[in-house]
Amino acid sequence: MIAMETKDLSLAYGDALIFDELNFAIPKGEITVFVGSNGCGKSTLLRSLARLIKPKDGTVLLDGSEIAKLSTKEVARRLAILPQGPIAPEGLTVLQLIKQGRYPYQSWLRQWSQEDEDMVKQALEATSMTPFAERTVDSLSGGQRQRAWIALTLAQGTDTILLDEPTTYLDLTHQIDVLDLLYELNERENRTIIMVLHDINLACRYAHHMVAIKDNRIWAAGKPEEIVNAELMSSVFGMECVISQDPLFGTPMVIPHGRGRKPLEE
Amino acid sequence: MKKFITVRGPFYSFLMSRKVLMVSMLLFFVMLAAIVLSVGMGSVRIGVMDTISALFGQAKDSSHQVIIFNLRLPRIVVAMLVGAALAVSGAILQGMIRNPLASPDIIGISGGATLGAVIYFYFFAETASIHMLPIGAVLGAFISTFVIYLMAWKKGVSPLKLVLIGIGMNAAFTSITYMLLISAPFVLAQKSLTFMTGSIYGTSWQNDVLPLLPWVLILMPAAMLYARHVNVQELGDDVAAGVGSSVQKHRLVLLILAVGLAGAAVAIGGAIAFIGLMAPHIARRLVGPAFGGVLPVSALIGALLLLLADFIGRTMFTPLDIPAGVFTAIIGAPFFVYLLYRHRKS
Repeated sequence: MIAMETKDLSLAYGDALIFDELNFAIPKGEITVFVGSNGCGKSTLLRSLARLIKPKDGTVLLDGSEIAKLSTKEVARRLAILPQGPIAPEGLTVLQLIKQGRYPYQSWLRQWSQEDEDMVKQALEATSMTPFAERTVDSLSGGQRQRAWIALTLAQGTDTILLDEPTTYLDLTHQIDVLDLLYELNERENRTIIMVLHDINLACRYAHHMVAIKDNRIWAAGKPEEIVNAELMSSVFGMECVISQDPLFGTPMVIPHGRGRKPLEE
Repeated sequence: MKKFITVRGPFYSFLMSRKVLMVSMLLFFVMLAAIVLSVGMGSVRIGVMDTISALFGQAKDSSHQVIIFNLRLPRIVVAMLVGAALAVSGAILQGMIRNPLASPDIIGISGGATLGAVIYFYFFAETASIHMLPIGAVLGAFISTFVIYLMAWKKGVSPLKLVLIGIGMNAAFTSITYMLLISAPFVLAQKSLTFMTGSIYGTSWQNDVLPLLPWVLILMPAAMLYARHVNVQELGDDVAAGVGSSVQKHRLVLLILAVGLAGAAVAIGGAIAFIGLMAPHIARRLVGPAFGGVLPVSALIGALLLLLADFIGRTMFTPLDIPAGVFTAIIGAPFFVYLLYRHRKS
C-alpha cells in the first residue's frame, strides 16, 4: 500500500532547480525517514509533500489523489506537518496550542464541537501531556514542548504525519522520548510517519523505509539494513565509516572514521 | 470551577474563556466609572449624582444637559471609539506579524493616514469642505499600506518583510509630511501639527461620532470572526498552512481590517501614538495570547487609555487643553523602551 507518491516532481528555489522529475513512493502505515547531508534538499522535499512548497512541475499524490487539486483544508484533514523548530507565542497554553489542530474542521459557527473536544483530549493523552494542559508552552522543557507540538498534529486526526527534524535541539534522552512516541503512534494506530532525521543511527533504528538523498536525486531507498553500507555512507554523506550492528536492535550502526583517542592501543 | 464555558447547539458550537468574560466585565465597569467621572469634570463641574441623572435625561439644570450631551459626551465617545479602533488594529497587526513591537503607528499605517491628511490641508483645505479631511486620511492609510504590501510582495508577503518595509516607508511618509509642513503657510502648518500629535477636541456627534461609528461597528465584529485565522497565523506560516489555513488570503484581509480601523481612527483623532502598541500588550498580559480574548480586551483597554489621556489633557491644565496624543506618548514611549528591553534576548 502506498501513502504518498510523486509523479515527475520538479522543485525549484528561485531559478535553481533542486529536484528534477522525481518519482518515488512512500509506504502506508510505516515509518519513512529521509536522510542526507546538510543542504541536500531533504527538508524541501518533505515540505513539498505537505504542499508548503509549490512544485515547479509534476504532482504529489496523497492516497492516490492529487494534492494540488484538493482544498488546503481537505489536505489538512488527511495529512499533518510539523515544521522544524516551531515557536508558540508567549503565554500560550498547551491546550490552546493543541486546539489549533482542529482548525480544518472548524467554521464561523462550529468553533468547538464535541468531536473537537474529544480529539484534543485524545491528543493530550496519547502524548502524555494531560497534566501539562494548562501550562504555558514556553515554560516546558524542550522534550515536552515537542510533544505538545506533536499533539497538535494528532488533533488534526490525520492518517499521515510529516515531521521536519523533530529531534533538533533536544538532548539524547528527549530525542529517544520523541522517537518512541512516534514509533508507538505508528505501531498502535497504524499511522504513516514521514520525517527528516539527522542522526543516521537513530534513523536506522526507527525507519521501516529509508530514503537517502544526494545530488538532487534519490540515491537509495529501502529498508535500512538493505541500503545502509559503507559505500552509501561514503557517497551520500562523503564520510568513511565502518558499519556495525546495533547491539540492542540489530539495525545497522554507522561508526565513522576520523581522528580521536584510542585508549585500547595506549 | 471550569475555565471554559462551552455553548453547543445542532449546528453551532463555541468555547468561551471564563477569564476573558471576567476581565471584560471588570474593564466595562471601570469604563463606566471613567465615563461618569469624565463627563462631570471640566471647566463646569457637575456632581456625580447630577451627572448620572443627566445621562439618563433627568438633569436638574438644563445647561448641564447641554454641556454633557453636546460638548463632553461626543468627545468621550470619540475618545473611546478611536482608542478601541487603534487598539484592535494593533492587536491584529501584532498577531499577524508575530512581533510584539508592531502597531499601526510603527509600520506606516498612521504615517500614511497623516500624510493623506496633511496633503489634504495643503492642497484642498481652502477649496473643499473640512468634512473631506477624514476621507483624505483614510485614503492615505490605504494607499500607503498598499504600497508597503506591494513592495513586500514576493510570492506572498512575509511578516518580517512587511514590518521592515513598513518602518522604512513610515520614515519616508514622515519626511514628506514635514516637507509639506515647512513649505505650508503658518496657519495650515499649525493645524497639521495638532493633527499629527493627535487630539480630539471640538468633537460633535455629527462630524466625528457618526462617521467613525460604522467603521468600528463593522470592522471589529469582522475582526472577531477572523480570530481563528489570527490564532493559527501566530504559530508561523508553515504551521498555519499545515492546518489548512489560506495564509496569504487571510493575511490580506486582516491587513485591510487593521488599515480600515487605524485609518478611520487617525482620520477622526489624528495620529495618536502608542495606543495600538500598548493596549494589545496589556490585554495579552491579562488574558493570554488567544485572539478571541485579546481582541475585546484590547478594545476595552484602548478605549479606556484614550479616554483617560483626553480627560487628563482636558482637565489638569485648564484653561489649556493639551492634545491627548501628548499623554499617550508620555506613557507610550517608556513602555516601548520597556518592551524592547524585555525582548532583547529573543
